[in-house]
Amino acid sequence: MSNEGVIYRISGPVVTATGMSAAMYDVVRVGHEGLMGEVIELHGEKAVIQVYEDTSGIRPGEPVLNTQETLSVSLGPGLLTQIYDGIQRPLPTLEKEMGVFITRGVDADAFDLEKIWTFEPQVAVGDEVVGGQVIGHVQETETIIHKIMVPPTASGTVKSIESGDFNVTQTVCVLEDGTEMQMMQKWPVRTPRPFQQKYAPDTPLVTGMRILDFLFPLAKGGAAGIPGPFGSGKTVTQQSLAKYSDAQLVVYIGCGERGNEMTEVLDEFPHLIDPNTGKPLMERTVMIANTSNMPVAAREASVYTGITIAEYFRDMGYDVALMADSTSRWAEAMREISSRLEEMPGEEGYPAYLSSRIAEFYERAGRVETLSGDDGSVTVIGAVSPPGGDISEPVSQGTLRIVKVFWGLDAGLARQRHFPAINWLNSYSLYPQSLDQWFRDNISQDFPEVRTQISGLLQIESELQEIVQLVGSDALPTDQQLTLEVARMIREFFLQQNGFHDVDAYCDIHLQYRMAKAILSFQDAAKSAMANGAQLNDVVNVPSRSDLMRARLEKGYIDVIDSMVETMTAEIADTVEEN
Amino acid sequence: MTGKEYRTITDVKGPLVFLNKTEPVAFGEIVTLRLSNGTIKNGQVLDTSDDLVIVQVFEGTSKIDREAGVTFMGDVFKLPVSTDLVGRILDGAGRPRDGGPEIVADEKADIIGAAINPYSRQSPNDFIQTGVSAIDLCTSLVRGQKLPIFSASGLPHNDIALQIARQAKLKDSDEEFIVVFCAMGITAEEYNFFRSDLERTGALENAVLFVNLADDPAVERIITPRLALTAAEYLAFEKDYHVLVIYTDMTNYCDALRQIGAAREEVPGRRGYPGYMYTDLAMLYERAGIVKGKKGSITQFPILTMPGDDITHPIPDLSGYITEGQIVISRELHQQGIYPPINVLPSLSRLMGSCIGEKTTREDHKSVSDQMYAAYAQGRELRGLVAIVGEDALNERDKQLLDFSGVFEDKFLRQTRDEDRSIEETLDLCWTLMSSIDTKYLVRLEQTWIDKYHPDNKA
Repeated sequence: MSNEGVIYRISGPVVTATGMSAAMYDVVRVGHEGLMGEVIELHGEKAVIQVYEDTSGIRPGEPVLNTQETLSVSLGPGLLTQIYDGIQRPLPTLEKEMGVFITRGVDADAFDLEKIWTFEPQVAVGDEVVGGQVIGHVQETETIIHKIMVPPTASGTVKSIESGDFNVTQTVCVLEDGTEMQMMQKWPVRTPRPFQQKYAPDTPLVTGMRILDFLFPLAKGGAAGIPGPFGSGKTVTQQSLAKYSDAQLVVYIGCGERGNEMTEVLDEFPHLIDPNTGKPLMERTVMIANTSNMPVAAREASVYTGITIAEYFRDMGYDVALMADSTSRWAEAMREISSRLEEMPGEEGYPAYLSSRIAEFYERAGRVETLSGDDGSVTVIGAVSPPGGDISEPVSQGTLRIVKVFWGLDAGLARQRHFPAINWLNSYSLYPQSLDQWFRDNISQDFPEVRTQISGLLQIESELQEIVQLVGSDALPTDQQLTLEVARMIREFFLQQNGFHDVDAYCDIHLQYRMAKAILSFQDAAKSAMANGAQLNDVVNVPSRSDLMRARLEKGYIDVIDSMVETMTAEIADTVEEN
Repeated sequence: MTGKEYRTITDVKGPLVFLNKTEPVAFGEIVTLRLSNGTIKNGQVLDTSDDLVIVQVFEGTSKIDREAGVTFMGDVFKLPVSTDLVGRILDGAGRPRDGGPEIVADEKADIIGAAINPYSRQSPNDFIQTGVSAIDLCTSLVRGQKLPIFSASGLPHNDIALQIARQAKLKDSDEEFIVVFCAMGITAEEYNFFRSDLERTGALENAVLFVNLADDPAVERIITPRLALTAAEYLAFEKDYHVLVIYTDMTNYCDALRQIGAAREEVPGRRGYPGYMYTDLAMLYERAGIVKGKKGSITQFPILTMPGDDITHPIPDLSGYITEGQIVISRELHQQGIYPPINVLPSLSRLMGSCIGEKTTREDHKSVSDQMYAAYAQGRELRGLVAIVGEDALNERDKQLLDFSGVFEDKFLRQTRDEDRSIEETLDLCWTLMSSIDTKYLVRLEQTWIDKYHPDNKA
């Protein structure tokens, strides 16, 4: 059989070809227009293909060409600041080729193959190199050095190495066995890139969001799931993470979501400054946008494209964060393809392999020793959009079984305009034990204890609230009323955070700690004042407390917070004498 | 291939016709069927292979037998478009319904439409003043947005949609919208209501109507919104108009989708709706927006009725995940006699942040909106508590908030069907109403705005 066949059947994005030799996951070109597709099933002579572009107008009998390659991404200098569709075609190039509407049959290089980069060699002639070893540096953006690595499968002795200006397809290094290396390499998206070993995570991914960093921290190299109904702020949370988390590189996958939201990100990111480096955020970002109305098969591929790019940067020794918004759309793409294949469905029509695919995807997260011995990590944060907000559905459950951090968004909180609408009672993180040492060493010795006190107060509040619902708050003893007041302060002053506010959107981790301490100081001062006869009403209404709370929206809060707390405790102490 | 007539029908099932042994037929190709009694029906290819072709018939399959002749037209479904469309009433398949002449086409546009490249979109940020306080303050509409109305049977969603269509304008501008109205399976009565209102206000001259009524073929509903959006895209992106697309009722559309899925024996998703319904709805909703280098825009107002008032039903649920917010109509408020009965608490406009503030509406808009919302939400919550413990158990703050929730509904929400409040009037009204609450409880208002706008300070 040859590598050319003909179309037998077309049903939406699924095309069947006959007369072609094919292997699973071979990339094929379908029809006269050469639409890109991938072999996903073989039946005797017939190969079933999922096509990444719209298939209307295609007829049986048109040619199909097998490229004999698997779906791969191009990796090399030029990736950063790019915005791709699900199969790594740059959207700006598509606009140039086909105008504002995405038509089909257009091929585009992942990045400019002609662009000249300055290659600085890091090895010399005669050096032994192994797969994954860094052979040279390219300053890709102001903040990021792109490390050129030996492809994972190659190794040998360096016969020659260049230095100076090259484009990504020119050979920069030759090994004794004749292997030529360019700055660009390819990697199949469905195969995880190799590494030496996985480490246990011990450093938090600091996000600048108080509820996340303080109560439910995520480790670099960890995986988190954010399930939530619509309107609860999944996308805003994901975008905040992309903006402010202290990862060195960010891969943002807009998977089956709104077009206008991607546009917002595209408009906003070039103007935003990374609080950790002071450089534009775009310089550390790769974006993948496959909106809900773009072809469904490309949506299925988009998360793999994204995570392969993330792993590539991890192999250079970087900490990479990957946001996938939303993994439910990816699962639905699998469901749609599966139903076109007439596969026997599992739960809710999803294919039976859904949970294993989800697990495989999240398992590509991790902190690793790279092939060259560096320390790198990929942190994966996946949004989940459960129908009706009910997380007993298969995608949420498949995700929760594998991730260690669960940030549960709550429609009720969103309705109260409590943002981020993360429910502090049912969310969890399994990382505190492994991260506590870091917090003790870098923030404060008593950081874990302060966290326990804060979350304990919230827990007590929820129990008290049940009583209040029945009898009203006035029926409680004053010390419990004070606890309610302190918990309200935690919620309104600490947990609520305005993701759109210039100052409040990002909260330094040191400041987070001091704000938490301020709340505890209030509690202590109020308790001792009330023990000495002060009235609850006077204590909670001291003006300096609302000043303290309002001031968090001002710049330089970290410089004044301690003195404001002193003023507040003094005023509270004064309420004793008034009586 | 056009012109060759096949008489090879093997099966007819629901809206689908199966036939074998044809020349290669394109996926999505348009088909005409000639019945033995001379009737012509139209359809579209859903599945094609060397052996078997599945055709979905728009007008229903009644009277189709195995003798019917099937002709493949060699092309996918296209709508003839030109500016002549404006002022016309067409049926659900794009044929004149008003007795007027056929549309003379400037060009023929593929009705499936192509996805807008996200890179080529322009962020919507022009505030549209609807004159309805609840919407303008709490769920501000932006040009290029898709903002559905989540309603239920027996609620006045049509009045609200029409009021918006009548009053919507850019602030400080007379620029009008072209209304593209798309009816899917609504009753003749509802349709007459829409039409006569558009006629009464003269808006019909600036509108295009695509009408598929309840007794028209259900399958036709699959293409009706696509025709409407194709017309909208042409008017917006070729002819520079600002287009407001109102479609009603999305629930009927989804039911038609389910009907076809069932006939094809597809594996159903939740409540029997097809697993690809999310993608299918996205192909409609995502056709809203503004693109770089084009002057026009498409703003969408889909109306859907939630079966059993259930917002977690797949239709509102999937819609909510695609659209940029939602306006929720409340039966409770309606029964209290409040019009428009918009429940602002579950309502949301995702694009609001980009269109309000000093430059577009007023500097205090965001704070006022947050405060009004928060106070109302707390007041509503207290009603539940009062029912158990009585009003006397409330403290001063709670009492004020409880009273405010009533005022909010009576004075802020309530307005007449032709009352067109400017955003300044709305904001001033908010300040007046909020003055019933002690300032120290209004924690979401910045001091600057209190100094500037609070009635106590203004006087």
